[in-house]
Amino acid sequence: MIRLVQRGREPRWLVPVLAFAVLLVTYVLTAAMIRGAGANPLAVYQRYLITPLGTKTSVGEVLLVATPLMFTGLSVAIAFRAGFYNIGAEGQFLAGAVAATFVGITFKELAAPVAIPLVFAAGAAGGAAWVVVPALLRARFRIDEVVTTLLLNPVALLSVQGLLNGPWRNRKTHFPESEKIGAGYVLPHVIPNTRVHLGFAVAVAIAIVMWVVVGRTPIGLRLRAVGLAPAAARFNGVQVERTLLGAALVSGAIAGLGGASQVAGLQGQLTGEISAGFGYTGIVVATLAALSSYGVVLVAAVLADILVGAESTSRALQLPPQMGQVVTATVLLVTVSVSVLRRYRLRFALPRMRPR
Amino acid sequence: MIALDVITATLVAATPLVYAATGEVVTERAGVLNLGIEGTMYGGAFVGFVVAGSAHSAWVGLLAAALVGVLAGALMGLLTVTIGVNQHVAGIGTTLLLISASDFVNRLRYGGGSLKHVPKFGLLFKDVPVASQYLLTYIAFLGVVPVAWWILQRSGIGLRIRATGENPEAADVAGINVAATRFGALMAGSALMAIGGAFLSLAILGTFTLNITAGRGWVAIALVIFARWRVGAAMFGALLFAGTDALQLQLAITTAFADVPRELMIALPYLVVIVALAISGRNVAYPGAYLKPYRRS
Repeated sequence: MIRLVQRGREPRWLVPVLAFAVLLVTYVLTAAMIRGAGANPLAVYQRYLITPLGTKTSVGEVLLVATPLMFTGLSVAIAFRAGFYNIGAEGQFLAGAVAATFVGITFKELAAPVAIPLVFAAGAAGGAAWVVVPALLRARFRIDEVVTTLLLNPVALLSVQGLLNGPWRNRKTHFPESEKIGAGYVLPHVIPNTRVHLGFAVAVAIAIVMWVVVGRTPIGLRLRAVGLAPAAARFNGVQVERTLLGAALVSGAIAGLGGASQVAGLQGQLTGEISAGFGYTGIVVATLAALSSYGVVLVAAVLADILVGAESTSRALQLPPQMGQVVTATVLLVTVSVSVLRRYRLRFALPRMRPR
Repeated sequence: MIALDVITATLVAATPLVYAATGEVVTERAGVLNLGIEGTMYGGAFVGFVVAGSAHSAWVGLLAAALVGVLAGALMGLLTVTIGVNQHVAGIGTTLLLISASDFVNRLRYGGGSLKHVPKFGLLFKDVPVASQYLLTYIAFLGVVPVAWWILQRSGIGLRIRATGENPEAADVAGINVAATRFGALMAGSALMAIGGAFLSLAILGTFTLNITAGRGWVAIALVIFARWRVGAAMFGALLFAGTDALQLQLAITTAFADVPRELMIALPYLVVIVALAISGRNVAYPGAYLKPYRRS
């Protein structure tokens, strides 16, 4: 019989040991699948984790892939901090991408100093707009935001597809993709000889601002209080509904900025594949980061490393790239399971006889 | 004739939602929000399709899908009952795992893209309007819903499930095994979800496509809240969603709506569910132990 017993103080050796346990368990679980697909797990993991860090160009690719995950991870983290379970970063990301594309193809001639702030503002507004209804329903009528934000994800995807098959269909290529945004909107690269663009710098800046605001200001204190103990926060004079609404809108705006960054920094146009499930992966990122903003940056980089590795490995070893997502989901589930041991310890004991 | 077509299409489209929402009612009544539902439906749709293809039998495929559901429920049980992790995270993680694993195997076996066709279920009463439906649709409306209602509301098992979801401490004191009850509810409920998913691949489409569930699991979650955790009301919610869906298909082929983009029409039922939730979902009373893991202290 194994029982979980509440822990007093967390011993210092615990976190490194648990981290090692996470890696080991994840490896064992996924190795079985990789072997079943006919590949060598050790070789695959080397390609997933080490190979992408080998050259400057590939490190650039990792940071490029990490960029949208940082936006959605930060978006989810701030919402969860306030106890607003925003599972709709996917939809808000898409809404931001649509808004960014709209300004990019409507006011095509604008010069960069105007265009770039405008495209980010549009993305933020689009993302925030997509979360307004769930946020109001939650703050005013206590309607579960998990459900409403989730339901708006397929609506956002359908809206993107509707625009691309309808009014925004490319007149030159006849593909379901928008025309290219104006030249002034294209985000400059921030690291020479890589594709890493201004969006990455913006995401890092948001992470720093969030770290300061959440951890070191009265606003952050109210935010965390509302998330941890809404009744107590209300009793102490915090305006719970307003805080919740604010956190939700900021969360949507950050996800929307991610969509704008992806359009203006990488694709240069709106396509149906603008988001590869970034909103859902953002939940993984935020959870693995324990909702801390510098944690989000680190976790996004690690997951991006795996995803870039999975993409290149699929070409080299014929292992489908979806393995990267399988690893991501497994790491998530193993981590949340193992971290329970930070609060509880295992006690092994023989089953006690029950008095009759 | 158009009205009859709409009714027929409504019943078909409602069937997977009836299975999924009934399954979700069962798990939530036991106190576990199962956001693994979308992945469970997806995994059921995929495995049902693969096994039906190799076994040359849609029924064997359906059985395999149900088994996938039981396993997915057991995984949710391990995470949320035994270990006690956050139910939102456990559910999203389970969904991501099942979707990515399905897509992985799909790509490995078939190279991705759209797949070959497999034996699918046939219609009963072929030329009779409205009554011409899949046997699984009859089972959903005339079997699953009344039986699930009876079990939850009238049987000892149902009482134990509801007690576990409302007040696990009291249930434990009364001698109910809370963990076993939650595990059982998760496995049975998830099996229903997976059958709902397999209905998409084995009855409606006769093949498997990427993103086959298209958020239907999330719709089912919304229906459960809209229905306030009642099986019968969830069935009417499913009919509301499916009815809007069937209606938009009919409207799309009439000239008046020809200029409205197809995709916006497809999005309509999702919006209808949100509106229904906004009207009826105010200040609902959740099961007492919703989202709370239970540990003896």
